[in-house]
Amino acid sequence: MREWRRVIAGSAEGRREKEDRNDAALWSKCPKCGEVLYRRELAANLDVCTRCGYHFRMGAHDRIRSIADGDFTEIGEEVVSSDPLGWSDRKPYPAKLSADRERSGLSESVVCGFATVGEHPVALGVMDFHFRGGTMGRVAGERITLLLEEAERRKVPCIIFAASGGARMEEGMVALIQLAKTTAAVARFMEAGNFFVTVLTDPTTGGVSASFAFQADVIVAEPKAMIGFAGRRVIEQTIRQRLPDQFQTAEFLLEKGAIDMVVDRRNLKETLVRLLEYAKAR
Amino acid sequence: MSNNIIVEREKGMAELERRIAELRQASAAQPLDMSTEVAALEQKYREILQELFGTLSPWEKVHMARHPARPTSLDYISRFDRFDELHGDRHFRDDPSIVGGFALLHSRPVVVIGQQRGRDTKENLRRNFGMPSPEGYRKASRLARLAGRLGLPIVTFVDTKGADPGISSEEHAQSEAIATCLQVFSTARVPIVATIVGEGGSGGALALAIADHVMMLEYSTYSVASPEGCAAILWSDAGKAEEAAARLKLTADDLRRFGIVDEIVPEPLGGAHRDAAEVVTRTLQAVDAALARLAALSVERLLEERYRKYRLLGEWQAEGLKPVGKPH
Repeated sequence: MREWRRVIAGSAEGRREKEDRNDAALWSKCPKCGEVLYRRELAANLDVCTRCGYHFRMGAHDRIRSIADGDFTEIGEEVVSSDPLGWSDRKPYPAKLSADRERSGLSESVVCGFATVGEHPVALGVMDFHFRGGTMGRVAGERITLLLEEAERRKVPCIIFAASGGARMEEGMVALIQLAKTTAAVARFMEAGNFFVTVLTDPTTGGVSASFAFQADVIVAEPKAMIGFAGRRVIEQTIRQRLPDQFQTAEFLLEKGAIDMVVDRRNLKETLVRLLEYAKAR
Repeated sequence: MSNNIIVEREKGMAELERRIAELRQASAAQPLDMSTEVAALEQKYREILQELFGTLSPWEKVHMARHPARPTSLDYISRFDRFDELHGDRHFRDDPSIVGGFALLHSRPVVVIGQQRGRDTKENLRRNFGMPSPEGYRKASRLARLAGRLGLPIVTFVDTKGADPGISSEEHAQSEAIATCLQVFSTARVPIVATIVGEGGSGGALALAIADHVMMLEYSTYSVASPEGCAAILWSDAGKAEEAAARLKLTADDLRRFGIVDEIVPEPLGGAHRDAAEVVTRTLQAVDAALARLAALSVERLLEERYRKYRLLGEWQAEGLKPVGKPH
């Protein structure tokens, strides 16, 4: 399963390039039902397994294409990674960043910008798990804050797609403080009367779930997405027992009252457009 | 055997302390003057203390922050002129790992909120080792909103390994509870002073640490993850915790340099528990001074400065730090 994940990792461009070189990459195996899927067909189905409906983790650019009507104007791309702690573990942090950049075709774990969705102008922030596990460090915090501030100026709704392992360990407290920063920006944005929607995708955990992801007016999640504060392994170690499979899934959170709806990716754009219509109708 | 390296070290000191006390007693009971011997032993004791605790590594500070005898939030709160505890989240239950209520600090009415670990095993079980559940964070949000409405400044004490990672906490939306806390503190229309008195563990600590003035005790720690957790994730080896502690930059000095902490409250040689009364006095004086300064600001100015402060954190290193690679 891990191997398959590695083959499908990365943005559409990266993938397509690899596809040309590597025949094996023409196919992806569904980690849920085992079906072998033709990649182009899978992409046409928004990275949802045509047999069982399993939602593959989607790259940020593919996501934007699936939601925006057309043009997308990126902001914050000039904010680039630095190494505030001079971090190194198995590899130096800058080397990890370079490797992920190469592999994913992204400059950081979130892409932010403006587009129209069903002809409604919106601010879009899209996290990508393929870059450092979607973790939030200085860059992600800064880009999301810039997005919210610009959305407030333009008085347009903001939709953020979360996909994150939490705060980025390699940036230490500088990463943790991004929770405070993004939260404050969301608070201002919402207090000014603007509409905020988050879409929680697999996985949304840790610091990202405990900040802007759960601050939204409407919280949507993709089917079976793993969503929670503490990681499954941490909880299992704490309570010394295995958790049921359903625990921390989108459906579980819906039942517990933590989120508003679970929406299949293939109906997601339509759902978001309907929500945007209510916000506009005020 | 304790797994706290500071406690282990203190056991060696205890023998010397006992001998000094004995000698003092003997000296008082006898006509024979033994004051030179006592003085010599005391001198030796001070030297050893200096050697053992004079300079502490980040890992030693982690253990100092977790010391079982270290003053807890209630040790500070009980020294306020008055404290009337308020309970409950108004939804589900009262979480004893967060205490809070109205209080008078040097005759100034405030709302005080602190994370409370146990001072013994029994209390630790009751207070869940100071790891708050969503109910605790909801109580904190409720009290902070109350403070905002009444115009009372908020004083917090941070001391937690982290938010509770249990089944019930997930079922009751720990993420939402912490996110709301962050939001309420970032928008509260009153001055906030936070002090990290022990362990500041990740988002669970940050939830009570968004403030206009953030203080840290000299040997407390504040980190994105526990050194053990960090080591387990990055090296798959919890044994690398000491190395992780050094790399995480979790000490008061490091965080003061980053601008994440505004003031450090000094501790006596050997840690706060060696002179708890003095440490509490110093801390409360520093809290009071910060509140006096913040009281002079208009609400608009206060909120704008708080926003800018967090807005610029993370911006600070943009200058002077080389970006890694080129933007795409």
